[in-house]
Amino acid sequence: MTYFLELFFSGLTRGSIYALIALGYTMVYGSIGLINFAHGEIYMIGAFTALIAASVLSGWGLNPVLVLVLSALAAMIWAAAYGVTVERIAYRPLRQAPRLSPLISAIGMSMVLQNFVLLAQTPDFVPFPSLIPKFAFLAPYRDILGSSGLVILVTTAVAMLLLIFLIKGTKLGCAMRAVAQDKEMALLLGIDVDRVISATFAIGSVLAGLGGVLIASHIGQINFAIGFLAGIKAFTAAVLGGVGSVPGAVLGGLILGWTESFATGYVSSDYEDVFAFVLLVLILIFRPSGLLGRRVNRKV
Amino acid sequence: MSSGEPLLKVQDLGMDFGGLKAVRGLDLEVRAGEIVALIGPNGAGKTTFFNCLTGIYPPSAGEIVLNRPGQPPRRLNGLKPNRITECGLARTFQNIRLFPEMTVIENVMIGCHCRHRAGILGAILRPSAVRREERIIVEGSYRILAELGLAELADLAAKNLPYGLQRYLEIGRALATEPVILLLDEPAAGLNITETAALDACILRLREQRGLAIVLIEHDMRLVMRLSDRIYVMDHGELIASGAPAEIRANPAVIAAYLGEDDAA
Amino acid sequence: MRVAALLKRALFAALWFMFLTLPFLAVELNPGQPAVVWRGRNLLLVGVAAFIVFGAGGLLSRRWRRRREAGFVQASGPSLAAHPLACRVALIVLSLSALIFPLVFSSYQVTIMTTALIYVVLGLGLNIVVGLAGLLDLGYVAFYAVGAYSYALLHRHFGLGFWAALPVGAGLAALFGVLLGFPVLRLRGDYLAIVTLGFGEIIRLVLENWNDFSNGPSGIANIPKPGLFGLHLSLADEQRYLYYLVLVLALVTVLVVNRLRDSRIGRAWVALREDELACQVMGIDKTRTKLSAFALGATWAGMAGVLFAAKTSFINPASFTFLESAVILAIVVLGGLGSTVGVIIGALVFSLLPEYLRAFASYRMLIFGAVMVGVMVFRPQGIMGVRRRSYRGVAGGGDE
Ligand SMILES: Nc1ncnc2c1ncn2[C@@H]1O[C@H](COP(=O)(O)OP(=O)(O)OP(=O)(O)O)[C@@H](O)[C@H]1O
Ligand SMILES: [Mg+2]
Repeated sequence: MTYFLELFFSGLTRGSIYALIALGYTMVYGSIGLINFAHGEIYMIGAFTALIAASVLSGWGLNPVLVLVLSALAAMIWAAAYGVTVERIAYRPLRQAPRLSPLISAIGMSMVLQNFVLLAQTPDFVPFPSLIPKFAFLAPYRDILGSSGLVILVTTAVAMLLLIFLIKGTKLGCAMRAVAQDKEMALLLGIDVDRVISATFAIGSVLAGLGGVLIASHIGQINFAIGFLAGIKAFTAAVLGGVGSVPGAVLGGLILGWTESFATGYVSSDYEDVFAFVLLVLILIFRPSGLLGRRVNRKV
Repeated sequence: MSSGEPLLKVQDLGMDFGGLKAVRGLDLEVRAGEIVALIGPNGAGKTTFFNCLTGIYPPSAGEIVLNRPGQPPRRLNGLKPNRITECGLARTFQNIRLFPEMTVIENVMIGCHCRHRAGILGAILRPSAVRREERIIVEGSYRILAELGLAELADLAAKNLPYGLQRYLEIGRALATEPVILLLDEPAAGLNITETAALDACILRLREQRGLAIVLIEHDMRLVMRLSDRIYVMDHGELIASGAPAEIRANPAVIAAYLGEDDAA
Repeated sequence: MRVAALLKRALFAALWFMFLTLPFLAVELNPGQPAVVWRGRNLLLVGVAAFIVFGAGGLLSRRWRRRREAGFVQASGPSLAAHPLACRVALIVLSLSALIFPLVFSSYQVTIMTTALIYVVLGLGLNIVVGLAGLLDLGYVAFYAVGAYSYALLHRHFGLGFWAALPVGAGLAALFGVLLGFPVLRLRGDYLAIVTLGFGEIIRLVLENWNDFSNGPSGIANIPKPGLFGLHLSLADEQRYLYYLVLVLALVTVLVVNRLRDSRIGRAWVALREDELACQVMGIDKTRTKLSAFALGATWAGMAGVLFAAKTSFINPASFTFLESAVILAIVVLGGLGSTVGVIIGALVFSLLPEYLRAFASYRMLIFGAVMVGVMVFRPQGIMGVRRRSYRGVAGGGDE
């Protein structure tokens, strides 16, 4: 039973990180109908920024909790900055281009970002300081859910609530939904479409950056290439839930997290990453609209 | 001309999109060499009817049977679009869908595709049979382009063709599939009066020279009245009238649903 | 006034990029004590570079726009492919110099050139799938792996030689192409890209983890080079022989790909890329056409894989990562989707430049990525550009 619970919670923590990143895919897809292939890299940028910020701040002798908060903030800020820049350089000029073009430039962008970090910092894995304090009240349940797991769960829950409020309850969210439905109409109604798309990228990137910090402090080490796998898995989560649907991304993330966790726990840990890919291939083939996505019938 | 079985017989055709019944209970016949017009207000379900005929949507109800002289009748519903084209139906699109990066002649050559067989090995080894086939395709395509007055522009990318000529090219591409029935979805949309008149002549010529049956969706009433042997009128997915142009012009239901508002405008 | 705006933009760009790169370039993580080392000069360099690039870029684009408005530059951009004769001459010169290459240069150079030619084959093969048929295949390297492992495993277990393994490897790769093609037939472009990527990764992960089958990450060694009528060859001669084999394969690939492109099938591929639905309605069997593109592309990757295994005599899954797919894609994109000569040039540039400019080698992937973005944004038709062929001659003088 303990083992089951351990797997359950490890799946839940993983899954909520996937969900955080998946939200970025879903939001961008919703607004410009494009798979942001470089999104995983934004997450990596977030993790690295946090690591660097934490190293600098710790060197200055700040309190660990303060360091954690500040470096998470730095991660989100820089992730957003990179996200917006990527959109500006690699996607905006290609908005009218054939569908393959932005996809290819996105792959290029992702190669640029990975290798930029590799060259500027290091090709090796670097340890990520454990900034999250050990909570005393969790001690009896340590085998089931660690304190970093708890922090991840709480943070993702709060982030998602904020996101839902942002989309449903603010003017920006309203504009985002308008742009997602009909860009030209939105433009005619006086919405600055470019601004709204930038904002969408920024918000998605903030979530990815946050995911980066959380997972890095959970796992304890990062390198320049972590974005690839995380990106694919989060994308799987987004598709599983239905690309374009916010609750879908969360649901997809959790299902994927649990699948991985139980499959590696009970079946075999050799093929940990294969499960995600197989799941991805299966959904795309059998239900490309995902669990919560609506099936769209394109008019001729 | 109107002897025996009709060439195309559509019975009780229905097409649902979720709750929306875009077409229901549609009965329609096309005889050899006939020009049939399908008219109706926007959203009446005319294009949807074409989409069902050509296999883009599988109809949710009804029968579509093609009865080519000298061949056994063929049931078309449920077939894939390319099979239906092979059977002898060809269409144009309301919102032009050419292959924009390909040249004018290549667009027509694509239409020839289904009438020829050369495969991968043939393409690689290029035996004389394949070379001959290729020559037949090119010559046939040039002939079609010449017929439509596009031969001079053969090597232009389709996307660079003026709008009006793109409509002709769509017709040419459809002709290349060697159809017995040509389905034209608003061929005169966006054309000016002179261009429409030319189109008029072109459609009649196609019927004369190729013996084609033509189904024409069109909003331009003058064109419809001039060209068609019979007219079907749709509204809200249903057939509300059918008959000779004179009858349709006088039909009060049609006037109420369609002509009335058109004339008022 | 205009210049002031330009300067302001460049200044803003400089500041923005300095801000972006601040954590990565100004701070260096240090495994020892102090945990970080500051290096502010880098930041300054970035700022100056961004200022110059954006300043110059702004100036150029203004001039360019003015010229375009005046009608000097065609909107679609000039195309080198507009001179078929020049292309043919270039091709002949290239082939001749390729022929004498191993007689002139050292065996080290020959090995490098062999690798470059393998990339030519891979690029041309992928060009069928991506450039002509418009199916963005991000798992292309999987077929390459299938070819390489077919040879390695067949040799190991059944003692199969190179010449027997070549068609088997190609066939197996084609089979995998069809196997992958079937389920992805219905998928739209970007989903297809992700599924193929997933497929490629699955193949690699299986090779990595299924020890009994593939010997896992440690790979398979001692794969023999092809024999030449039982003659005993020196190492250098073996390499030269292999070079010629790859060269022949590359030439055959060029020939076949060109013929395919100009054939009924090739036109169907392009039409499929342009408008899938219209293509079907014009009587083209989408399933057949897509599968044939996948299978043919995979065939070439399979053959290249067999040659790769023979060349390196050792293979492991690390040679078949997504990165490899990305490199091949970069080659095709740089050369111009659909252009044969472009892809050849792209393959040569991408595989030779890092070898001969060592300083450049570690920036290889960074530059590849930047090139992919740059080409898509500024010159989507690639370095060569693609010009559709004219059929005036073929008609046999009937019309015109
Ligand atoms: N793929 C689809 N999914 C859902 N609804 C559709 C689809 N295609 C068409 N419809 C609906 O079916 C109805 C009929 O549309 P259709 O395009 O056939 O009209 P039409 O008669 O061709 O009109 P128009 O003269 O404007 O071309 C419309 O209400 C349209 O919104
Ligand atoms: Mg219509």
